[in-house]
Amino acid sequence: MKYSNSLKTGLAAVMALSLAACGSSGSGDNGGSSSGTDTAAAIKLGASGPITGDAAVYGLAVQHAAEIAIEEVNALGGTQIELKFEDDQADGEKAVSAYNALMDWGMQISLATVTSGSGQAVAPNYEQDNIFGLTPSGSSTAIIYKDTVNNKDPYGVLFQMCFTDPNQGTASADYLAAHTDLGSKIGIIYRSDDNYSTGIYQTFKAEADKKGLTIVDTETFINSDTDYSVQVKKLADAGADIVFLPIYYQPASQILVEADKQGYTPNFFGCDGMDGILTLDNFDIKLAEGLYMLTPFSADAEDEKTVNFVKKYTEKYGEVPNQFAADAYDCVYAIKQAIDHAGITADMATDDITAAMVKEFTSMTFDGITGSSMTWSASGEVSKAPKAVIIENGVYVGVE
Amino acid sequence: MFSPKRRGRTVSLLIVILAYVILQAMIMSGNLSRLLISLLVPVCAYIVAALGLNLNVGFSGELNLGQAGFMSIGAFTSVILAGILNANGITGIPVLILCILAGAAMAAAVGWLISVPVLKLQGDYLAIVTLAFGQIIMSLINNLYCGIDSKGLHFAFVTNTIELAEGGKMLISGPMGATGVSTVSTFTAGFILVVLTLLIVYNLIDSRSGRAITAARDNRIAAESIGISISRTKTLAFVISSCLGGAAGALYALNYSSFVATKFDFNSSILLLVYVVLGGLGNMSGTIISTAVLVVLPEMLRFLQNYRMLIYAVVLIVIMLVSNNEFLKTKAEQLKKKLSANRKKGAAENV
Repeated sequence: MKYSNSLKTGLAAVMALSLAACGSSGSGDNGGSSSGTDTAAAIKLGASGPITGDAAVYGLAVQHAAEIAIEEVNALGGTQIELKFEDDQADGEKAVSAYNALMDWGMQISLATVTSGSGQAVAPNYEQDNIFGLTPSGSSTAIIYKDTVNNKDPYGVLFQMCFTDPNQGTASADYLAAHTDLGSKIGIIYRSDDNYSTGIYQTFKAEADKKGLTIVDTETFINSDTDYSVQVKKLADAGADIVFLPIYYQPASQILVEADKQGYTPNFFGCDGMDGILTLDNFDIKLAEGLYMLTPFSADAEDEKTVNFVKKYTEKYGEVPNQFAADAYDCVYAIKQAIDHAGITADMATDDITAAMVKEFTSMTFDGITGSSMTWSASGEVSKAPKAVIIENGVYVGVE
Repeated sequence: MFSPKRRGRTVSLLIVILAYVILQAMIMSGNLSRLLISLLVPVCAYIVAALGLNLNVGFSGELNLGQAGFMSIGAFTSVILAGILNANGITGIPVLILCILAGAAMAAAVGWLISVPVLKLQGDYLAIVTLAFGQIIMSLINNLYCGIDSKGLHFAFVTNTIELAEGGKMLISGPMGATGVSTVSTFTAGFILVVLTLLIVYNLIDSRSGRAITAARDNRIAAESIGISISRTKTLAFVISSCLGGAAGALYALNYSSFVATKFDFNSSILLLVYVVLGGLGNMSGTIISTAVLVVLPEMLRFLQNYRMLIYAVVLIVIMLVSNNEFLKTKAEQLKKKLSANRKKGAAENV
């Protein structure tokens, strides 16, 4: 009992210290921002995503690409943008904290969140505070719609740079229907406790049924699973020659390893969550050879913008940018285009900025590295053409 | 009130009330950032859940790795009830009160059901069963779909077969979790819940049943020999613990417009256990402080950017090592003895 009192005192001291640290860090940030922007006040662009934890690859890709884009934009001399990126560990609760930290900083425009789960948790906050958000990679319909059953009643201030999950499922089924040379007996492994994965699976199944595709077997797993031998074995037994994996790349990599172990060699087909598999530590990327994925971005494209971006990103971070990075890069340029056209300045009230941004986004056309002639609907969905890529010799190569 | 027997309760309540007054004053004067304000309710919820867990782990001596499961039950029960109440035009504080009661009752009921087979087990086995329980609850809710329309509630499992009438609303959508929750939790409500929790916990500890629980923990055979029903006392502690977990879950749920079942996973259970162990087994004031520090600390470390969670882990290890350091313990003891000796001497001189 006596000892526990001293513990209490110690903890109280730690708490006081951490609170004190918060105060000083807050003032430090303010000092930094005012000195960083020389003459014209910079527009404050916030963003949150996982830069620690399981999904850190996505958050870091977005953060890095956004930093590159902002550097380029600021170097042009016109509109100045200042970026603050907060960690949300792909968790709804942390995302709300990150959002509030950004609001404390004075965020005026936002890249919303990197992941879907975080996005749906903070979407109502964006509506409430009336802040414009353009998410690079939050693909769930729950980010832009309040009513996710009928996809109605949009928040109105949130826009997406990537496809929504249902669109990815539909587009994947359409692609497989048009390319029966990849395989005709479809096997599926998806993660049943994940919003992203089930979202794609459901629309894929609906579209596949409509197009008369044959799904020979469907297997599921949950987050904490680490062994996929049963699922792979069942697909092999069912004779699936094309396996659709609407999942993130970490479990996908283990499925590829397991298929290799069992000597099972179908074609594998994934969506944008597969992006990042080539940068996974301790994964033999030879196993990913011949993997198809649906993504609007391929780093081997030869247009000037893509070449420039890939070169800068590779020089700075030592790896080829993935689709998340490309989406983030496009987001910054799309926001810049809207800011320039609407004549938004940093001293405007956020309500005015948001109104102007929404007006621009619903009326403008944007050409980026993840597609050209992109347009947005009033509900926030993007319209652009999907592309498929295949991994050959460790790099993405575009396919028809 | 300050008698040695009651001192723990007084100290705990004073800490909580003082913290509340200071924080309220800071909110009123605009000195608290939005970030910290947004953390107040979750901190209260975690404190309530951790206090409940401390009753179970620290006081009753049973290792429970499923407290997040009970939070989950409370959270999703309250979302469904809030949906029903909102559909009937009831909003605001009554919703919060009813939801916390319902969440607590549901978690207690499930806790009681679980306790029947579970408390026949001891030690490691009990830990394993509660761990599994947490996972089962998470998986079940992850596959649960629930919607409400003019005809009432609709449920579906695994695949969403619910077709809602015009004006209907989905409350729980499987892995997408609870969506569109109308947030009614407030810091004041959280504060009141923490105070109530402390009163419940200390009243139990000081009661006849509380002493029976201690006796059953310290020496099972001796306790049985004097006629204490071991299973009854353990059930009591377990059910109250899960009940508090449910209340915490309800408070948490109504603070976020959207949350997923995987939030209440094994990691969350372990985190709650960390709060309890760091605060001291059976030490309620310690639990309150450690929970507040450990929930707020990672947010305070935001300026470290990518190194945030690394530093957080290091800080956690340092706190654990320092608080268990024998040398420091002895020093603290000596200091205390010296102080009390001085005080006695002073008192003697005054006489």
